[in-house]
Amino acid sequence: MHATVRPAVSVKIPPVATSAVNREPASALSMRMTISKVNFFYGAKQTLFDVNLGIATNKVTSLIGPSGCGKSTLLRTLNRMHETVRGARLEGEILLDGQNILVQDVTAHRRRVGMVFQRPNPFPKSIFDNVAYGLKINGSKTPIAEAVEKSLRHSALWDEVKDHLHKSAYELSGGQQQRLCIARALAVEPEVLLLDEPCSALDPISTAKIEELLVQLKDICTIAIVTHNMQQAARVSDFTAFLLTGQLIEFSPTPQLFTTPGDPRTEAYITGRFG
Amino acid sequence: MSFRLHWRKFLSAFMLTMTGVCALISVSVLFFILGYLVYHGGTSISWNFFTKLPAPVGETGGGMANAIVGSGKLLLLATLFGVPIGFFGAIYLAEFSGGTTAFVVRYAADLLNGVPSIVIGIFAYSLAVLPFKHFSTLAGGFALGLMMIPITLRSTEEFLRSVPKALREAAMALGASKWKTITSVIVPAAYRGILTAILLAFARVAGETAPLLFTAFGNRFWSNGWNQPTASLPAMIYTYAIAPYDDWHRQAWAAGLVLLGLILIINIVARAILSRGIAVPRA
Repeated sequence: MHATVRPAVSVKIPPVATSAVNREPASALSMRMTISKVNFFYGAKQTLFDVNLGIATNKVTSLIGPSGCGKSTLLRTLNRMHETVRGARLEGEILLDGQNILVQDVTAHRRRVGMVFQRPNPFPKSIFDNVAYGLKINGSKTPIAEAVEKSLRHSALWDEVKDHLHKSAYELSGGQQQRLCIARALAVEPEVLLLDEPCSALDPISTAKIEELLVQLKDICTIAIVTHNMQQAARVSDFTAFLLTGQLIEFSPTPQLFTTPGDPRTEAYITGRFG
Repeated sequence: MSFRLHWRKFLSAFMLTMTGVCALISVSVLFFILGYLVYHGGTSISWNFFTKLPAPVGETGGGMANAIVGSGKLLLLATLFGVPIGFFGAIYLAEFSGGTTAFVVRYAADLLNGVPSIVIGIFAYSLAVLPFKHFSTLAGGFALGLMMIPITLRSTEEFLRSVPKALREAAMALGASKWKTITSVIVPAAYRGILTAILLAFARVAGETAPLLFTAFGNRFWSNGWNQPTASLPAMIYTYAIAPYDDWHRQAWAAGLVLLGLILIINIVARAILSRGIAVPRA
């Protein structure tokens, strides 16, 4: 989709507005995470510019934008995965339940904010051990078998795997592996679940299953998802943030962003004029 | 057909035959050695070889029980000394060090790997024999252990590096610390490769003779404890093969067969380990 080569039409991207369009009804919602004035650098190269964003509690927030716009970078800062990259630097403040995550213990923080990656990445262990991993390393007191079943039910995988929990996770299909990764993240009962283009390596049927799942998961956690697929953002999310070249252009309730975009650049992107 | 075409066909056939013959020679050397050893060693080996001490000079019979046990003790010491250093060094290289440090250590390990084993022997001699004024099992184990370090280090590092980044990220995103990620995900994902590397390092030093000549020295009797000179299979092969007695030659063949059998078994076990279990797909 995004990869199609377009003729070299000069797309007029209107000049940068002074501030992003922000139509989120902040007063009516509680924000699980708040991102304020975040600037991000890889070495000398700045990839995020003054981003302000709220992730609403028990809602799905999607981040969209063309390749290289910084949406994955922004998502990764939310559980501080950016710190694994040499030379990465973050300025600004990110709050989780009102507390600055940048000064917390990083491992404790990542237990509260789970992450699912672009390609399914189960461990070379059994299905059971994959889901149990987070509980085991955290020395959880909850009975592991029950927690594993609960997480697999939440990720709609239980019925498919309940009879062979001790088989290798690699025997599952790609879509099942991705739902296993979701179950693995859910097992430690995170408050926020981050998904970085979770369906980009999956077929349409597996994608549909995961989308359905995300809508259900809203009840138990807050979700932020990066997607390349605008239809997916429209289908699953309550709020959508549009980023372009490291700047937040527009942040609105999803129906509004897709029907009456507040910024001409958003309109240009969602109507497929660039990206 | 023109002369030119004939010539080209001839040249093609000739070169094909040559390459085939060379390939055959490289394989047949191994089978020739094996066959020769089995023939000579097989006829000389007996139960006594495994259970008896060497017979006094001039008498026939006897065995190499002390050398078998001695080799076992030397290899145990070498493994206890060399494998942990190589293993943890590899973890540092693969997971913690920056580019320059890693380059320097890797290069040094490669050089150490290339140091002739007799030089390793002299080094161990001056460090672990001269100060105590006697040869010992400890000194021999130390020399062999030195040789195991670079082999273990380099191959373990390779296997650790081949674990996909996605697995590290998955563990870290679940709140695993760096150390926990290494012990619970990375090493388990690479353990078959690491184990194979250790076995191959073990097999490599099992046959080393030069570093033992002036560290463990040799012994015609049982070596008590770790502080006395000890017999070992490779050193015994050397001593017996150059001796002027036919019976000793036979025993040297038998020792060669036992040693080669041991190394072959280790190699086969290593391959078997490498080919089973849950493999990590390459990213």
